[in-house]
Amino acid sequence: MNRYRRRTFGLELVMIAIALVVGFPLYVLVNLAVRAPSDNSSPLRPTTSPTLDNFTQAWQQGGLGGALANSVLVTACSVFIVLAVSAFAAYPLARATARWSRGMFLLIMLGLVVPFQLASLPLYQTMRDLGLLGTPWALILFYSGLQVPFTTFLYVGFLRALPRDFEEAALIDGCTPLKGFLYVVFPMLRPITVTALVLNAVAVWNDFFTPLLYLSGSAQQTMPVAIAGFVGQYVTDWNLVFAALAISIVPILAVYFALQRSIINGFAGGLKG
Amino acid sequence: MTTAPRDPVSHPVALVPARHRVSKPVRRHIAAPWWFAAPAMLLFAFVVLVPSTRGVYYAFTDWDGLDPRFSFVGLDNFGAMFRDPDAVQAIWHTLLIAVAVTVIQNGFGLLLALGVNSVIKSRNVLRVFLFAPAVVTPIVTAYLWRNLLSPEGAVNSLLGAVGLGSWQQDWLGDPDIALWSVVGVVVWQFGGYSMVIFLAGLQSVPKEIYEAADIDGAGPFRRFWSVTRPLLAPALTINLMLSIIGGIKLFDQVYALTGGGPGHATDTLSTLIYKDAFTLGEFGYSIALAVVLTIIVAVASAGQYFFLSRNERASS
Repeated sequence: MNRYRRRTFGLELVMIAIALVVGFPLYVLVNLAVRAPSDNSSPLRPTTSPTLDNFTQAWQQGGLGGALANSVLVTACSVFIVLAVSAFAAYPLARATARWSRGMFLLIMLGLVVPFQLASLPLYQTMRDLGLLGTPWALILFYSGLQVPFTTFLYVGFLRALPRDFEEAALIDGCTPLKGFLYVVFPMLRPITVTALVLNAVAVWNDFFTPLLYLSGSAQQTMPVAIAGFVGQYVTDWNLVFAALAISIVPILAVYFALQRSIINGFAGGLKG
Repeated sequence: MTTAPRDPVSHPVALVPARHRVSKPVRRHIAAPWWFAAPAMLLFAFVVLVPSTRGVYYAFTDWDGLDPRFSFVGLDNFGAMFRDPDAVQAIWHTLLIAVAVTVIQNGFGLLLALGVNSVIKSRNVLRVFLFAPAVVTPIVTAYLWRNLLSPEGAVNSLLGAVGLGSWQQDWLGDPDIALWSVVGVVVWQFGGYSMVIFLAGLQSVPKEIYEAADIDGAGPFRRFWSVTRPLLAPALTINLMLSIIGGIKLFDQVYALTGGGPGHATDTLSTLIYKDAFTLGEFGYSIALAVVLTIIVAVASAGQYFFLSRNERASS
């Protein structure tokens, strides 16, 4: 089990081969994104005279700068709001034994099952009446509510495993519940906060359906919607499309590789409950 | 057994020792801040609870999404759904995709996890690398694959280059294959996701158990079946839940890869809901489809929950 044998070497080769197959689309993506549109040779052949023109063109014509700014705004605000309200809500829901807290917890958990199509179609009308359609605020409001069940679920699971001793001591010492939560409980929630932050940020950043509905026809876009619009417009010019895809992948992969250790642990650990 | 549990006279709970009463003020103190939950509840009610309830009501109307006048039509939308071959097909595709993705993605993820949990030298690099597709925006990877799977795309070129020219296909244009191409792309993207969760489960298995199994002369398959498999039950539960619910709700990949085509060969409930609501203006009908989607998700979650929690108890 713990020694490196000849069979282990075989396994190593197999795993590397699988990784190469999994990574193959990335090679094609980069290869075609740096290729001049006139070059029609096989997508497998390495590009002989790479150019960055496709990137500048895609960036300007796709309005990707504005979309990137919107995506950052929507993701940052939604994640901040959902973490704050869910951590606060999880505290009484995990600690209080009253009937209302059990009922409320079950009600929120019901939200884990509802597919967002059911909620987001009728909400479309409310957003329209409030004049929020076509603005990032509609999305921030939507994700802030939509992500509450999952985030509260993570926090409640973590809180239930946490000893009460510190907060009881703080309360006996005359701390108000609010101060006890902010200064004693919330700092202890740090590991699950990091996990919830990453999971929520990925979910909000990557969502396509909701911004497609709520922002359609407006100048405001998020990155996935801008990419979809760009592909629709330049569908025959795949070198440009690939440059746009590459631009949208770079920020998320950069963040991922910088934080990969805690992201992978967070994904696995947070979901392990 | 007819005694009311909270009857102070006849029930022994009333005689709980003094210690309980002493700790009570503190307990009540902790339970006090119900208003902590108020902001989350308000947001949740505004975004999920109220619209979902209204959605269920619209499912029984002929509303087009704009006209303020609409009427209650009872079960007409649901009846129409089962007479509509596109809808029946979409329900079927949704279930097929969910089951296929769940089985293939978890099988692939488990093999990857076993591979990168072994003593191979590249395991840390491979873990990071194989998980990477899972963080990339699904709509973006779907557009990438749309090109790779086109008739002159990289997949067919690669097959030709390695002498498997006879395997070349119109992966997204052939109605018999397109649905499986969608499944393949989803597995490519989220196989690493299943891997990471299985890996967390594998690493929670104490090394001593393997050493003991080694001493008892257990081979690799026996070791997997008798030691690893039961201890992986919690990871399996989470993985199955995530992939089946994700598969049922699948929208982005289908939208970007095939748009539901060719014809309706890859339409799922999610893509049909979108088309009916926003290109055909059949809002009531579309939301009735969403209600059916909700019922499928609820039944699948509940079924899995009961089956898997029993399974988890049995193997622990």
